[in-house]
Amino acid sequence: MAQASIFEQILDPANRANPYPLYAELRKTPVAREADGTYIVSTYDEIVALLHDPRVSSDIRNLVRQAGATPSPQEGPPGLPEPFIRRDPPDHDRLRKLAMRPFGPPHTPGRIDALRPWLVETTTGLLDALAGKNQVDIVGDVAYPFPVTVICKLLGVPREDESRFHELADAGIETLDPTTGTIEQRKAKRDRTKAELGQYLAALADAHLRQPGGDLLSGFLTDNGPNGRMSREEVLSTAALLLVAGHETTVNLIANGMLTLLRHPGVFERLRREPELSIPLVEELLRYEPPVQFLPDRVTLADIDIAGTTIPQGSPLVLMLAAGSRDPERFDDPDRFMPDRPNNSHLGFGSGIHYCFGAPLARLEAQIALTELACRLEHPRLVADPPPYRPNPTLRGPLHLLVEVDGIRAAGVR
Amino acid sequence: MRVVVDLTRCQGYAQCAFLAPSVFRMQSGDALLYDSNPDDALREQIKRAAAACPVQAIHIGGMGTLAAMRKEPAQRRKPRGPVRLTDAEAAFKRGGRIVIVGASLAGLTAALMLRTQGFAGSLTLIGDEAYDPYDRPPLSKQVLTGWVKADHTLLPYSDELDADWHLGVRAMGLDLAGRQVLLADGNRVQFDRLLIATGARARPWPNDAEASLEGVEVVRTRDDAAQLQRRLAARPGRVLVIGGGFTGSEVASACRELGLPVTVTERGATPLVGALGGVVGAVAAALQRDHGVDLRCGVTVTRLEGDANGRLRRAHFSDGSTLNVDVAVVALGAIRNVEWLRDSGLAVTRWGVACDAACHAFDINGLVTGNIFVAGDVARVPHPIYDYQFLSLEHWGNAVTQAKIAAHNMLSPEADRWPHLAIPTFWSTQFGVNIKSVGVPTFSDALVITQGSLAERRFVAVYGYKGRVTAAVAFDQPKWLEFYQGLIDAAAPFPPAFRTVHQPAEMRPVPPEFPKRAVSDQEATVMVTGREPYERRVRWVYRHL
Repeated sequence: MAQASIFEQILDPANRANPYPLYAELRKTPVAREADGTYIVSTYDEIVALLHDPRVSSDIRNLVRQAGATPSPQEGPPGLPEPFIRRDPPDHDRLRKLAMRPFGPPHTPGRIDALRPWLVETTTGLLDALAGKNQVDIVGDVAYPFPVTVICKLLGVPREDESRFHELADAGIETLDPTTGTIEQRKAKRDRTKAELGQYLAALADAHLRQPGGDLLSGFLTDNGPNGRMSREEVLSTAALLLVAGHETTVNLIANGMLTLLRHPGVFERLRREPELSIPLVEELLRYEPPVQFLPDRVTLADIDIAGTTIPQGSPLVLMLAAGSRDPERFDDPDRFMPDRPNNSHLGFGSGIHYCFGAPLARLEAQIALTELACRLEHPRLVADPPPYRPNPTLRGPLHLLVEVDGIRAAGVR
Repeated sequence: MRVVVDLTRCQGYAQCAFLAPSVFRMQSGDALLYDSNPDDALREQIKRAAAACPVQAIHIGGMGTLAAMRKEPAQRRKPRGPVRLTDAEAAFKRGGRIVIVGASLAGLTAALMLRTQGFAGSLTLIGDEAYDPYDRPPLSKQVLTGWVKADHTLLPYSDELDADWHLGVRAMGLDLAGRQVLLADGNRVQFDRLLIATGARARPWPNDAEASLEGVEVVRTRDDAAQLQRRLAARPGRVLVIGGGFTGSEVASACRELGLPVTVTERGATPLVGALGGVVGAVAAALQRDHGVDLRCGVTVTRLEGDANGRLRRAHFSDGSTLNVDVAVVALGAIRNVEWLRDSGLAVTRWGVACDAACHAFDINGLVTGNIFVAGDVARVPHPIYDYQFLSLEHWGNAVTQAKIAAHNMLSPEADRWPHLAIPTFWSTQFGVNIKSVGVPTFSDALVITQGSLAERRFVAVYGYKGRVTAAVAFDQPKWLEFYQGLIDAAAPFPPAFRTVHQPAEMRPVPPEFPKRAVSDQEATVMVTGREPYERRVRWVYRHL
């Protein structure tokens, strides 16, 4: 049994609580080849270069199959098309533009900013419900329900159906974990999950078509823009993507954020006094404890020379965002949490054409949730440090984050 | 508040437009316009937008923000140990006198950088306009449409700059030996080191009488833009734009956005032909015509005709036709502001003041001066990537970068000087499209479309010269340009021969179709006197300055 590579050690759930020393080790070889031919890229400049390199594809059909590997069987009915996150231009650009139309600029610029009062209201409600408690689970009580409520409302999905798609969303992100199978095996699983989510969303889509609302799903289905609209399958695929992504990422940003604040009580206190600190603080969190630790499943379309290595055409790539965001070549004192770090071009949302679609929403959600938590939790103490983590190495975050408090302050009390 | 966005860096992530939608607007998916001086009440939103910018291109006031540079970690610095200053150098940094002539983008950026780099001596800025430094790119875009007022374009800086300002005063001359700048008001300003950043001005309509007709405008200064905006807001019958370069095209775009009829005349085969060539220029032409511009290429204006009251009424064209117009915008390029240096003994031509890669001005004999520096539109600098040819650039990004380099070198010993080797980069926003360019497209003998297509008007065109990549131009594809800049840096082979996303089925290099450079009137500029090598010296003969 060969010794586990650094990347394999990162994937090991035993190292989930603190993978950062392993990332530092990984950066000593900016572009590292794994035994299965996957290339792991861990330094800032190289990651940024590859995210802007048109020779890198997000479409895994461009994989050159390793000799001897068996193709995974195609099971079940043909599912939904891949969403734009797994497509290349021009399809990616067309779909992402169409998805953007009811969501943000240039067509609907004010939508997310206008949500702010309602976002505050929603968090306030979640925290009000905790009144009288002496122990709260930041994940279960705030960090999870908040983004789920938001994505449901935005998409036009009934919040009460959450139990129906919660497991599907979990199954969907499990396929981002490289330990759960080869790229093809994980794709097959993802396709099945997507098909099931698609079935659920299809019934919803019919209802929205009969009575369109101001939600994204209605917007996608009834769009009358100059460049046409998405096909029904594309709508379902896009909606499934946004539902899963809205579910499984911001929860970690808020939970990792609260954990970091509790480990830096001085910063927690500052945030309570200066809510505006939440703005740079969330950027620093995205650098320091990013919810998406790495981007798996990119593929090279040509031989790429980078950092003294040639990555052959057709190789799978893993871009280690969390390692790049702590690269000392780019960030001063990278292992220090500095809430007002200047010039913070972190990789928390990726870069290039696949830059996180929901980033503006995630930012506002995290800024508001963390500010409210800082203002309303009285004397919070971590019950366990480190807390238990979810096993997923890609979307990394605590399973629970138990905190003891002396009480919950009333809303609006500073 | 004052905000400036480095649109050279911007890749169109639109985070700002999400988070502060009344300040930052995306024209299309990739083209950003913004209000430079928004209401203070929007401060929190703007802070959100600035923090969220993935490329950190938004600067809000405050000392040195514009001069911010990506960190240079200790281990990345050359292993020479700490920079040692001689006593004289240290004394200069503590209490020397630096004068900057030109108080626009390059001048202000240099001033900020000098303070950021620890200059504690006296700092004087001299500008011929009576205004605080302001940003020009908005003047041909969001100012003309009336969204942003012309006087709401001020550049951010803080009082900590601690400078003496001489605004509204023109520099008239330079006494190199006496180390003095001569001002139009009769004052003389003493310096130890000088930065020349006097930029360029709009080339006026050559016929003075026609140029003074009411309705004949240029766009270069705040006042120009304010005046043209007023003219456009009065709903003129038809606007004529003379010249289809970037400024002219942007003005035409603003007119169409306002719903005004507009005619563009362009001497060359297409708009933008001088900067990008006819192949890409044809896309710009189609874009204009699609937006309802009456575009006339291969045509020049021979005469502007006014009525008895001195108001513009009609334009006469080289093809014999005429057109009734109420406004004519003269967009025929720029003239560098070098007249004040005519007798200074510096290497001055119509292309500006020549300097080396450290921004040291050359004197008339071609010797590098020790204490005179140049930056911005008025500088000419040799670029190794382009066969060490002197480049005269009129780019926002070059003004900023070169000003920072010049400022650093003004304070640094020889061993710690930085060479100005930035790849030229510029952008334009017109007809809802974001156009970005890296490298020098005119330095090419072929181009190939590597991503997208001319028909879609979303593409990357790569330019090559003698088998290497020298430039790339992107229409609505700002996120890929970084990669192509890397190809230029690496002198990568042309045409590129690898597979990419969004690759056209066929990649055939074609000539870029630049117009033949009109041979300028062969005017003498200098004569050389002296027989022996050691006694030969240059003397100016003025025919064109």
